Amino acid sequence: MSKKIMVSFKLNGKETDVVVESRELLIHTLREKCLHTGPHIGCETSHCGACTVDFDGMSVKSCTMLTVQAEGADVMTVEGLAQGGELHALQDGFTQEHGLQCGFCTPGMLMRAYRLLQENPNPSEEEIRYWLAGNLCRCTGYQNIVKAVQYAARKLRGEAVESSHPLMAAETADHH
Amino acid sequence: MIPRPFEYHVPRSLPEAIALLNEHGEGAKLLAGGHSLLPMMKLRFAEPEHLIDLGKLTELKGIREVDGEIRIGAMTTENELIWSELLQTRCPLLVEGARQISDPQVRYRGTLGGDISHGDPGNDHPALMIALDASFMLVGERGERVVPADGFFVGTYTTLLEPGEIMTEIRIPTPAAGTGYCYAKLKRKTGDFATAATAVTLRMSGATVSEVRISLTNVAETAIRATDAEQSLRGKPVDEASIAEAARLAMSVCTPVADLRGDSDYKTAMAGEMTRRALATAYARAAH
Repeated sequence: MSKKIMVSFKLNGKETDVVVESRELLIHTLREKCLHTGPHIGCETSHCGACTVDFDGMSVKSCTMLTVQAEGADVMTVEGLAQGGELHALQDGFTQEHGLQCGFCTPGMLMRAYRLLQENPNPSEEEIRYWLAGNLCRCTGYQNIVKAVQYAARKLRGEAVESSHPLMAAETADHH
Repeated sequence: MIPRPFEYHVPRSLPEAIALLNEHGEGAKLLAGGHSLLPMMKLRFAEPEHLIDLGKLTELKGIREVDGEIRIGAMTTENELIWSELLQTRCPLLVEGARQISDPQVRYRGTLGGDISHGDPGNDHPALMIALDASFMLVGERGERVVPADGFFVGTYTTLLEPGEIMTEIRIPTPAAGTGYCYAKLKRKTGDFATAATAVTLRMSGATVSEVRISLTNVAETAIRATDAEQSLRGKPVDEASIAEAARLAMSVCTPVADLRGDSDYKTAMAGEMTRRALATAYARAAH
C-alpha cells in the first residue's frame, strides 16, 4: 500500500539520501538510518524535547515530523555542533556550569539553546526559561542549564567567561 | 507510536491541493503544522489513507493589513504571530494568546489555520478568533466563501469547513486603538491544554463599556461566546461588582467534561476566575 520514497536533505551540512515509508518519523530515520543517535527518544509524544533538532532554522521535535517532510531541508543534530574538534560554546557551557546530570535531555537542550541564541544573543534568565520550556530535564537540573546557556551566550558574544560552579572553579584554579 | 501507512502528497499550489483533496475524498487529511494531526495518527486515532501536506504552499503564509483588516495566511506559524511587529502593535491579543500555546518547538510548526480548523475545544485560537470578531476564508472547488468565527465551531472536531474545502486566510478587523484585551489561561504546565481560559476585547466610551466580547476555551464542546456576560457589561462601568456578575454569567454557560485537569465544578470555577482576570486586565489596558 505504502510505497517507499527517496528523501534528500542536508544533515549537518552533508547531502543525505534516505529511502523511507511515508509514515516514518524523522527521529527514527536520524537514529536508525543515518546512525545519528544524538537526538534521543524520550517520550515520543512531542512533550519532552529530547529529540529536538534544528530544521531550516527552527527547533523541531523530530518525533513529530515525518521524514518525507524533510525533503530539501537543512537538518542539524547535536553531532553537528562541535567544529574542527572544538566544542561549541554551548557544549563548553554545559560542561563548565554542570548543565547536565544524567545527560539524556542534553542533546535536545543544546539544539534548542543553539536556535535561541541565534535569535536572541543576549537572553535574560526569564527568556531562557520561557524559550526552553519545551525541553524537560527529569533530573530537574534547570538552574545550571540556564547558567550554561548564559555562559555560552557570553562566550559567543566574545565576552570573558568563567564557570560559576564551585567545583569547576576549584579545578580551573588547580590547573593554574 | 508509528502511524498507519498512508500515501503522502505535496501539492505546490492551492488549486493542486484542492484537486487532491477532492480526488481522495474522505480518506484524505490535510497536514498543516502536524502537531495535532501527527500525534493523533501516531496513536491511530486518525488513520487517513492520503495525507496532503500544505507545507510547501508559501501562498498560505504571511501577515498583512489591508483596508482596516489584518489578513493572516492559514499556514502562518505561532512563532511568526508572536514575532510579527504588525500584530504586536495592531493586534496584541493574538500575540498574547500565541505566547501561551504549547512550547517553542510546537510554535515553530503549529499554524493558525491548523489550530482553528482542527475544531478542538482545547485549542486557543477559536476563542481568540471569536473575541476578535475574525472571519475565515474557505476555498473549495466551487469557489471561496468567508464565514465568521462566531458560529464556525459546531462541535468537538466539527466546524463549518466542508469536505473538499481548505482554510486559506484568517481576517481580523484591526482593533480600534485603545481597545483593551486579554487572554487569561490556566494550564497545569507548559504544553498542556487550558484547564480554562478566557479571551476578552473591551472598548470603553468614557466611564462605561461600549463594546465587549468574551469567549471561553475548553469548557464546552467548542470554544463558546459568553453573550449574557457581554450583555451585562454593555453600558455599565467596569468595577468589581460588574466584573463579578459577568464572571458568574460566563460560568453559567460552561459545560466542561471532567478529566485529569479537574472536575466540572472546578473547571467552571476556573473559567469564572479567568473571566474575572481577563476583564480586569482588559479594562486596565483599555483607553478610558
